[in-house]
Amino acid sequence: MATTKLGFIVQRPPYKSENPKLALTHAIASQSVEVYLKDGDLVTADIAFIGDGVLNCVKNQKAMDIYKLTSTETHIKMALLLDLNILVCKEDLAKFGLTENDIVIDAEEFGAEMKTKVVPFSEITKMMEEVNHLLFF
Amino acid sequence: MGKLTIGCFSSLVGSMTLDFAVKLCGAAIDKGHKVDFWVSGNGTMLSIKDQRAFKDYSALEKPLKELMAKGLNVTACEACAEARGYHKDNTMEGVKRHSMDWYLASAFDADRVLHIGGE
Repeated sequence: MATTKLGFIVQRPPYKSENPKLALTHAIASQSVEVYLKDGDLVTADIAFIGDGVLNCVKNQKAMDIYKLTSTETHIKMALLLDLNILVCKEDLAKFGLTENDIVIDAEEFGAEMKTKVVPFSEITKMMEEVNHLLFF
Repeated sequence: MGKLTIGCFSSLVGSMTLDFAVKLCGAAIDKGHKVDFWVSGNGTMLSIKDQRAFKDYSALEKPLKELMAKGLNVTACEACAEARGYHKDNTMEGVKRHSMDWYLASAFDADRVLHIGGE
């Protein structure tokens, strides 16, 4: 039995490239990876939004209304539903004049228990040191 | 020798990122490493067969086939490919198609994961 920890670092803003969505969909795929692994082996995914990437977390996105596309907000909520650890850089939020009140913190309507954590960058650095591999998006 | 999992999300045409990733795969294979190469997003363009090689655009079908003959394991994200109209019947021979969990499973026992680019 072994666990490999992956850290997904999202730096790009939403809807200007596919990167943030690919980060979320790949991280969510950690929930079905067991089909390829031996019994007991695991891959875990932590997601951190930093820099311009924190804009992915702004709530009340209208992608479905305007483009008929699943919003990045919904992907974040799906990740919370699947108990993925989601970190958002507190300092980078502040740079955009944003606070916890402006971003996706929970997905109670989906039944998720996990919540987004707004943390200092030092906490994100700590996560980055603890994972086996980092993937930058 | 080790195992490398290399992921690339950049398109075949538009940047040299995918060219770099394929060259990196080649360097690793030549050193005797096992390499899993995952292409997702616009990177799935790499998986299409019968690409016409112009001098003005990146053309990687030939080097990719040569590397696969040397043991490079290439897999494209199936959903990303289908969303772009790249279907199984126009996928290059030897290129596999799987869902995103394949990439994570490859990362599970990789000595290094190199995640390259994006748009």
